[in-house]
Amino acid sequence: MESTFFGINTVTFITNLVIAGGIFGFMFTMGAVMSWSERKQSAQLQDRIGANRAGIPLPGGKSLKVWGFINNIADAIKCLVKEDFKPRAYDLFMYNLAIFFAFIPAVISVAVIPFAGEVHLAELFQSWYLKWIPGLPEYFATNLPNYVFRVQVANLNVGLLFVFAVGSISVFGAILAGWSSNNKFSMMGALRACSQMISYEVAMGLALLGIIFIYQTVDVWSLVQGQRELAFGWLPKWGIVLQPFAFFLFIASAVAENKRMPFDLPEAESEIISGYYTEYSAFKMLMFMFAEFIEICFVAIMITTLFFGGYSVPYLMADGFHWPWGAFTAVSHGNVVLLELGSFLTKVFFFCFLLQQARWSLPRFRYDQLMRLGWKYLLPLALLNLVVTVIIVALGGF
Amino acid sequence: MSQQIPGLPDMTYIDREKRTFLDQIYFWEITRGILITTKHFFRNMAKWLTFRKGGVVILYPEEMRPDYSQNNRGRHILVQRSDGSPRCVACKMCATNCPAECITIVAEESDDSNIQKRPKVFEIDVSRCIFCGFCVEACPVDAIRMAPTTEELAGYNRFRMIYDKKTLMTWKPTVNDDVVHGYNP
Ligand code: SF4
Ligand code: SF4
Repeated sequence: MESTFFGINTVTFITNLVIAGGIFGFMFTMGAVMSWSERKQSAQLQDRIGANRAGIPLPGGKSLKVWGFINNIADAIKCLVKEDFKPRAYDLFMYNLAIFFAFIPAVISVAVIPFAGEVHLAELFQSWYLKWIPGLPEYFATNLPNYVFRVQVANLNVGLLFVFAVGSISVFGAILAGWSSNNKFSMMGALRACSQMISYEVAMGLALLGIIFIYQTVDVWSLVQGQRELAFGWLPKWGIVLQPFAFFLFIASAVAENKRMPFDLPEAESEIISGYYTEYSAFKMLMFMFAEFIEICFVAIMITTLFFGGYSVPYLMADGFHWPWGAFTAVSHGNVVLLELGSFLTKVFFFCFLLQQARWSLPRFRYDQLMRLGWKYLLPLALLNLVVTVIIVALGGF
Repeated sequence: MSQQIPGLPDMTYIDREKRTFLDQIYFWEITRGILITTKHFFRNMAKWLTFRKGGVVILYPEEMRPDYSQNNRGRHILVQRSDGSPRCVACKMCATNCPAECITIVAEESDDSNIQKRPKVFEIDVSRCIFCGFCVEACPVDAIRMAPTTEELAGYNRFRMIYDKKTLMTWKPTVNDDVVHGYNP
């Protein structure tokens, strides 16, 4: 008799719970880490020091500052105890709903992203970092010798479409916030956000169509599996290798879609105060900021997954490294999982860094320039890229 | 490349660089910009990892700029006599001359028969002061000076910014020396 929990196999339930908790926890942590790194990194690249004053006093006159990380906690406390200022005439329900429309889509799209490959539970518990737990390794080895799970919250076979669908919901957050706060600046910001997100979603989708054509799937898991293969026996078939052009189109349109710096017209503080969240204060405003940081992290995750092989390490198969010159290095299963997870996180951190760097290096576009870039350059280029890809695929390339 | 106004004689208007194709596609320029900022980032990180100060800022209360000009008009100082009493004779010339009207002086009779008056109250509202130095210029007996630095010229409320006689006399320059300390026109 298998033990069940609300009709679900207990082991499946627990592993899924751990994975979902871990991945969503990772996203929230990244939100906090990004808001810290945005301060410190921007400070470093502008020859400043950055936040370094807030600290938890320790006995002995010193204080715990953790390189400015305590400033974030101080900010959170400040936002929690601050007066929740609201505009006088506003639509209460929509005003509050907008926060969730902005926040939840940012978090849930990560559900379809695989963070590591298939994990063999019994073998995982034989690894050096889980072996010490008393009882469990023996239990899994005898009772569940063949249980395999994926480090992915939801294994949807329409993964990419899900990401796009959820991504386009987040525009409601902006438009509702702008409309319900009864402020002309908010309204302007919302309109800008709306038209910008719609324009760039087109270019973004078309840039990714090439990828979908090449790997013949919209399932994110299979996309990553396709990128683990080798071209000519040595070159990993990463998206950046097969679709270098789409990579740049995707970065540009994804950053625009997220309303980040060169394209942050909806929040252009020199023109329209703070855009659609002008009228939000205290923790509500923090939620918008947090959603934005999580979205940056998600863009980094998407770039990693679609163009840089996701969790895959070049030449690393399930049993070890198959080097292109024929050599073979065996790696235990526990270490393979660690390597894959590490490779994924390294790539994600690198792209987070790159996106932050771009945000602090580039000046803002003008609105007409933004629209011109989206419709007159990115869209035709994405179409051209798609046509060329389709012709090559039809001629039997890749 | 310079642009020429049509219809006018050969006359340059704006010195604006003509954009090349490389600038127009924007991509190379973005990369160049990011490379510059990345260079700064890693240079400061390297300094920071070796426990040196990255960046060019001055951590103010702990550090002070060493390169204040000697003629800089900073904090006010009331010069003291050798016995520690203020050198000021309460003539109120500085208060009269002060364009911000931030000096308050109440005079009283001095114990010394050679000196007619001395200040009972001498207050400068530093939050209103514009640091013009006119008070220093007006003083007939060189009793008020300005230190080159602005250290501790900050307060949590505006009443702390009113400096009384005691605060103004904390700095003790020698009276009869030849060296001029601070701003002295
Ligand atoms: S520096 Fe100028 S404004 Fe300040 S106390 Fe002297 S005269 Fe008044
Ligand atoms: S001008 Fe000089 S002597 Fe006269 S009151 Fe002012 S500080 Fe005192």
